[in-house]
Amino acid sequence: MRLGLVLSEVGQGLRRNLSMVVSVVLVTFISLTFVGTAILLQSQITQMKTYWYDRAQVAVYFCTDFTTAGSCDQQAATDDQIAAVEAQLQSATLAPFIDAYYFEDQELAFQNFQDQFAGNAIASLVTPELMTEAFWVNLVDPEQSQILSDALAGLAGVESVVDQRSYLDQIFAILNASSLTAVGIAALMLVAAALLIATTIRLSAFSRRRELGIMRLVGASNRFIQTPFVLEGVVAALLGSLLAGGAVIGIVHFFVQGYLTQTLPGTSFVTIDDALLVAPVLLAAGVLLAALASNVAISRYLRV
Amino acid sequence: MIRFDEVTKVYRGNARPALNAVDLEILAGEFVFLVGASGSGKSSFLRLVLKEERPSSGQIHVLGQDLGRISSRKVPYFRRNLGVVFQDFRLLPNKTVFDNVAFTLQVIGKSKGFIHEAVPDALATVGLDGKGGRFPHELSGGEQQRVAIARAVVNKPSILLADEPTGNLDPATSDGIMTLLQRINANGTTVVMATHDVGIVDRLQRRVVELIGGRIVRDERGGSYTQTVPIVRAPSPFGPAEVTP
Repeated sequence: MRLGLVLSEVGQGLRRNLSMVVSVVLVTFISLTFVGTAILLQSQITQMKTYWYDRAQVAVYFCTDFTTAGSCDQQAATDDQIAAVEAQLQSATLAPFIDAYYFEDQELAFQNFQDQFAGNAIASLVTPELMTEAFWVNLVDPEQSQILSDALAGLAGVESVVDQRSYLDQIFAILNASSLTAVGIAALMLVAAALLIATTIRLSAFSRRRELGIMRLVGASNRFIQTPFVLEGVVAALLGSLLAGGAVIGIVHFFVQGYLTQTLPGTSFVTIDDALLVAPVLLAAGVLLAALASNVAISRYLRV
Repeated sequence: MIRFDEVTKVYRGNARPALNAVDLEILAGEFVFLVGASGSGKSSFLRLVLKEERPSSGQIHVLGQDLGRISSRKVPYFRRNLGVVFQDFRLLPNKTVFDNVAFTLQVIGKSKGFIHEAVPDALATVGLDGKGGRFPHELSGGEQQRVAIARAVVNKPSILLADEPTGNLDPATSDGIMTLLQRINANGTTVVMATHDVGIVDRLQRRVVELIGGRIVRDERGGSYTQTVPIVRAPSPFGPAEVTP
């Protein structure tokens, strides 16, 4: 009987404030969609990191006749110098860290370059002599490229030791920045949502101030008075979070799995399973936010 | 039942206290008129009894409880022992008479069975038998006040506070309301009524507490609206002791 009374109050409140309720639903929907997207983007970055970092190699570049960087002095590395580096790679100190390595001479590098830039004007300008010879090293643990660069960078004939991950890091930095942007927008939107919920609840309380006054006068408990209002906020936010959960699942299903996976088959992307994990998080966040905001909003009507 | 010890109430932004060192004891079963001009502190007194306000200093005991020690969470339960009636009735216009009275019981969690027994009972007490299905706007002012009284007493409170309950009513209707309040008082409920109505106070000859500027200037059993005994006030520093006729 009390439950029925509370629920009918909630229904009345929602109907009376329909336009405000709709705006709460929309704002929570948008803000939580941003939150969900940010979470998925983060997990996408983590996935891509594991995938690409495992494939990233360390390049030990040798001097050419044109380079001045490192220990180079416009003198191509000699065969002896190259052999010395290879000896280092095979030595007891470095060998345990190295999974595999191969030597790319100028001919091979030229071939790879031609393949990579086929159809590009630059391909016709490059001659094999311009290419840099290099050892390509796969590490057992890709995190430990520093060891290699410490051991080899100073050797004669070595121009530089480059970890490919440093290129990847730039890409990840960009992805990270966009995910942080999403988080920032989400935070702003959540603040807006919380304020909007609070305003809606205040409005609802104002339109029922006669009842509230009488309730307080005759001794209705605070919990009894505030529950319908808190539920009103929670119901509206719950609708918004459900939409946001649906949107996140939809984005993963239609855009990521349906489009990105087809376009970039080599990359692993977030799956529906990830989205299904994110959706309940959004629901919980929406409900919690609404409960807090409406509680704060209604509390001033309960002051005695 | 109600005891005020040196109670002073100062509202923020107002230098003059609404109540100034008020000492008063009201016993169980009494019928007390609070009289005085507007702004003399009658409503503040009632609000303090209801614990809608905190006194700035002094102690208030109601029904054996020290109001200063009731946590705000317990205040609603304390108020269930009090009934309140206002000059402007404060009925819910979109609810029927029955629902207006039942609302009180619903929101404090009484069962449907209890409500269906208690509400017709209360309506019969106030003489509104068979009008449970009406809406407030279909009733006369006197009848609306009767609904408000039914709402105040339906939970059988020990104290009934009435803030100018006849203020909006014509004399004949007021008499009806007063008869009703006296009947409620005769059944054991303590009644405290703030009023301006000279005729009523003079006729009933009950205890009269007069407030001027937040001070009790008269507390007379069997009194009338205007004092019958001269009161000697303390001498003021600006002149000789004045004697009010």
